[in-house]
Amino acid sequence: MENGRIQEKRANKIEATDKSNMYILLLSVAAVIIFIFSLGLGQFEISFIDTIKIVLSPFFPIEQTWDATMSKIVLEIRLPRLIACVLVGGGLGLSGAIYQGIFRNPLVSQDMLGVSNGAAVMAALAITLGYTDYAVQVAAFIGGIIAILLVLGITALIRNSSSLVLILAGIIVSGFASSLLTLIKYLADAEVTLANITYWLMGSLSNVVFPDLRTVYLPMILCIIVLLCIRWYINILSLGDNEAMSLGVNAKGIRMLCIITTTILIASAVCISGTISWFGLVIPHLSRLVVGDNHTKLVPMSFVMGVVIMMLVDNVARTLSVTEIPLSVITGIVGVPIFTLLLIKQRVDKNDFRS
Amino acid sequence: MILEVKDLAYKYPKVKEETIKDINFSLQKGQIMCILGPNGSGKTTLLNCLANLITPSKGMIKVAGKSIRSIGRREAAKEIGYVPQFHNAVYAYTVREFVTMGRTPYLDILGTPKKKDIEIADEAVSKMKIEHLAHKKYTNLSGGEKQQAMIARILVQNPKIIMLDEPTNHLDYGNQIRTLKMIKELSQQGYTIIMTTHNPDHALMLEDKAAIVDYGSRFIYGDSKDILTQDNLSKIYGLNLEMIYIKERDKKICITSI
Repeated sequence: MENGRIQEKRANKIEATDKSNMYILLLSVAAVIIFIFSLGLGQFEISFIDTIKIVLSPFFPIEQTWDATMSKIVLEIRLPRLIACVLVGGGLGLSGAIYQGIFRNPLVSQDMLGVSNGAAVMAALAITLGYTDYAVQVAAFIGGIIAILLVLGITALIRNSSSLVLILAGIIVSGFASSLLTLIKYLADAEVTLANITYWLMGSLSNVVFPDLRTVYLPMILCIIVLLCIRWYINILSLGDNEAMSLGVNAKGIRMLCIITTTILIASAVCISGTISWFGLVIPHLSRLVVGDNHTKLVPMSFVMGVVIMMLVDNVARTLSVTEIPLSVITGIVGVPIFTLLLIKQRVDKNDFRS
Repeated sequence: MILEVKDLAYKYPKVKEETIKDINFSLQKGQIMCILGPNGSGKTTLLNCLANLITPSKGMIKVAGKSIRSIGRREAAKEIGYVPQFHNAVYAYTVREFVTMGRTPYLDILGTPKKKDIEIADEAVSKMKIEHLAHKKYTNLSGGEKQQAMIARILVQNPKIIMLDEPTNHLDYGNQIRTLKMIKELSQQGYTIIMTTHNPDHALMLEDKAAIVDYGSRFIYGDSKDILTQDNLSKIYGLNLEMIYIKERDKKICITSI
């Protein structure tokens, strides 16, 4: 009897397999299909087949079945916008997963911790002062880093690293940053700059053209690769510093690397698309529903999930009405109820707030 | 000599006095050392120094003849395993994933665990007889089960020395005794064990070395039956303790009344 039970347990163990990799692969295939489909979507609709042909035409000799306007729309207007979707969506989703992992807290994200707002303040300041390109990006990065260092500084001063204190520190820094943003808007030239800043802050990919991507794509891709490479160590960091160190991991070093790379990602995303609220918080939670909590799966899944959801959100933004809807409006209206449902579903344990 | 500690001292920044000082002892392969002492006396500080989690302000720790400061964190993790007092993971890793984390010091710097690493984890899971938990979420386990999963992770890490911070804390009586039994078995398999405990009986039950840390003022080290005396224990806990010899079992137990 006893023996039989043990054997049954063993059999049980060997049989279970991990489907997570398959889900990541499936969603990646879906991402490619949605990407091509989205290139054809809009006021000027282009068929799926034609879209594929247009995209492949620069690389392969394909008989031309489309006219120059179609090619221009796909390659010069929609392609940069979708590449921005991939970089911003993937980057923000991935950053959210990393933040939640390294701070051992499923309720934080770049918005919650004030990083997005911090980056936006400095970027807005740079824009009002007339800077462009790299300067704006560097300013955004500095703003983001200052924000996260302030959050960590406040938690250190309170001498309490609980989840609740971290979130409170985030609210403090985020609130301060949005006041500064209001100040910048108030001081900005009402005719031109004010409208630009306000619209940009609501989040939009509508004006993205290839020159805009020139300065951001390389740092973003590099940071995404670095974060994907160290994804195993997010698991280890999530155990806490002492356990991570006892497993031979330089916890402080890896956390710093994560903070710098995610801040570069977020700052770059802010430069292209403004602040997109709720995205970094919700995407990792959606991903966890599919692949579970293991960061080796969760980090790539959050990237792919971010890409897919951002493309869908952007498609809604540009097709739902004649004028474009700001992305934050959609991510907020859709994201908040989803996040509430997820919280109820997971019945977030009280320990999450205390420990 | 697997572990040699000489003149070890640790001072917290902004604190005048050293929390622990003049720590000298050495342990052989397979020995067990229980560290006792009142709350806040520096037991955990000492354990954290030994586990290479904090840098001592003075002294030297040698594992298998090499100073742990000189071999680097990653190599040290192959020599010393550490079981913290509270290990409540925030994320719901499966026990198999959790146990696999013990392979971390052996992985490529940018790597993730491969099939071989998971097989090693499965072996440790079988060794601890917790196969039925392999696909359960670590966060849903009971205290005793978490302890077993944690030990499986340490076996995967395969250190020479295992350090446990109050391993019997938060466990029911049955699990406390089972944990002690497991510690005894680990020592018989050749692991050197260092643990902190609040229960002198546990140290006596393990029948090996003990150390008393008493607010940095003194450090007593020796065989548990020699140093866990009525005098010493009464002094550190500020109680009238009696050590009573039980003839039927040839054992001493620690008794007091309220």
